[in-house]
Amino acid sequence: MKEALLVASVGKRFGRVQVLREINFAVSEGELFGLIGADGAGKTTLIRILVTLLLADEGRAELLGLDVVHSYRELRQRIGYMPGKFSLYPDLSVEENLRFFASVFGTTVEKNYEMIRDIYSQLEPFKTRRAGKLSGGMKQKLALSCALVHRPEVLFLDEPTTGVDAVSRQEFWLMLRRLREQGMTILVSTPYMDEAVLCDRIAFMQEGRILALDTPAGITTLFPEPLFAIRASETGRLLSVLRSSSHAASVYAFGSALHYTDNRPSVSADELLASLHAQGFSELSVSVIQPGIEDTFIALMEEKPGSAS
Amino acid sequence: MSELVIHTDKLTKRFGNFVAVDALSLTIYGGEIFGFLGANGAGKTTAIRMLTGLLAPTSGTATVAGFDLYTGSEGIKRNIGYMSQRFSLYDDLTVRENIRFFAGIYGLTTQAIKEKSRQLLETLKLVAVADVRLASLPLGWKQKLAFSVAILHEPKIVFLDEPTGGVDPVTRRRFWDMIYEASGRGLTIFVTTHYMDEAEYCDRLCIMVDGRVAALDRPEAMKRHYRAESMNEVFIQLARPGRTEYT
Repeated sequence: MKEALLVASVGKRFGRVQVLREINFAVSEGELFGLIGADGAGKTTLIRILVTLLLADEGRAELLGLDVVHSYRELRQRIGYMPGKFSLYPDLSVEENLRFFASVFGTTVEKNYEMIRDIYSQLEPFKTRRAGKLSGGMKQKLALSCALVHRPEVLFLDEPTTGVDAVSRQEFWLMLRRLREQGMTILVSTPYMDEAVLCDRIAFMQEGRILALDTPAGITTLFPEPLFAIRASETGRLLSVLRSSSHAASVYAFGSALHYTDNRPSVSADELLASLHAQGFSELSVSVIQPGIEDTFIALMEEKPGSAS
Repeated sequence: MSELVIHTDKLTKRFGNFVAVDALSLTIYGGEIFGFLGANGAGKTTAIRMLTGLLAPTSGTATVAGFDLYTGSEGIKRNIGYMSQRFSLYDDLTVRENIRFFAGIYGLTTQAIKEKSRQLLETLKLVAVADVRLASLPLGWKQKLAFSVAILHEPKIVFLDEPTGGVDPVTRRRFWDMIYEASGRGLTIFVTTHYMDEAEYCDRLCIMVDGRVAALDRPEAMKRHYRAESMNEVFIQLARPGRTEYT
């Protein structure tokens, strides 16, 4: 498959802080690619380099076969970018914002209406409302419409769902899936691990590095040990008992269960159950589970000492 | 049953014709971890602003930490803690300066501030970086400090407004360890979050939809009621238009 984006050895420092180190990856045409990481991992800096708004100190990047430094003028016509901070004009109406962005790219809303119809039609009843007066979910839809109005070939979205509630997040991801089905290449960043499974491939970022890069299913095979889910009526006490056990390799709360790995190579769920039962826990259950994306991210973070302090 | 820390009866806030919070009735006990959930615009922030004494209700009654919402808002402010992702500490101040500043705001005496600062720096193992500006510390340390500072004046209840947004999964869990520990000591925790796995860590949950309480129960009971595997499913069922009411 043809590559839409190629990143080779990209590095960036701000003063004494190295914010990106040796970033290497490629994104195929039509792929939905996720950058997953917490605040400060370097996601925004990387995206700003790729959308030609920031220069890398080291390495190079190619978008649609063009160098992001030398061909920035042409590239800006061919890519769409939705920044993390709401960056539309709050004093302009919904429709005025859209027309403004279309005219900046030398086109009109009418010419490209097909492109944005799906998303913009939900906003049309409010098209005379000022952008600053929209709810969070509607602002997000307007920002996406503005990023799409010139029919970009590659779309970059920087944390489009941060601070957005679970329902609006789900709707937003449905919109991204539909754009992908129409053949658009999409690079999206997010701090939410549960959104990672919705991407074709993901890169885990931590402290300016890519810790792992694969399909969501492929990533979870990096998880080393068997993983147990343990439940009991007193989750708080269970957590502290397991943490203080000399056999515990890792113990983390996951919703109503604790996810636990043991440092004995062949311990069974029944053995764990018996030993916890002896410590007076009731409503106990212990089962071996498939590690998820978040389990794997945590395990990879823990491999690098000091990174999670 | 333990002490009543928050009690509201039909607490309501209108902005013109818009009812932001509609007849909110809650009872929250000492040491409880109470999760307050809702979609953007469901009225969470307005409710918190009323409960923290920052916004006068339109109608209804409430007591927070033993003070009446209408007549005791100064008492409330002295007996609650508050922390959010957006507003917690000052990056340009050192660790020690941040502690001194917030302790001063909460009305601690100079002597108490000295003593508390020493204790806190030791407990959090931050003595070595006491005079370092906050900006250069790891996020996990900052979060611990922000939480500790918010409860420095030993309030009965602390309001945590999306305390873990954008935080990595390990730091997020360490933060919840701290919440559990504080609740074990009897502190009441009132917390909002967009992470539905965190909702499961709460003793009880309230889900707001369009300014009203759509559900209020223990997470396990809510999941049973909606035949849902996770709180995420419950939340999406409730907050999506055309939902069924929780009865």
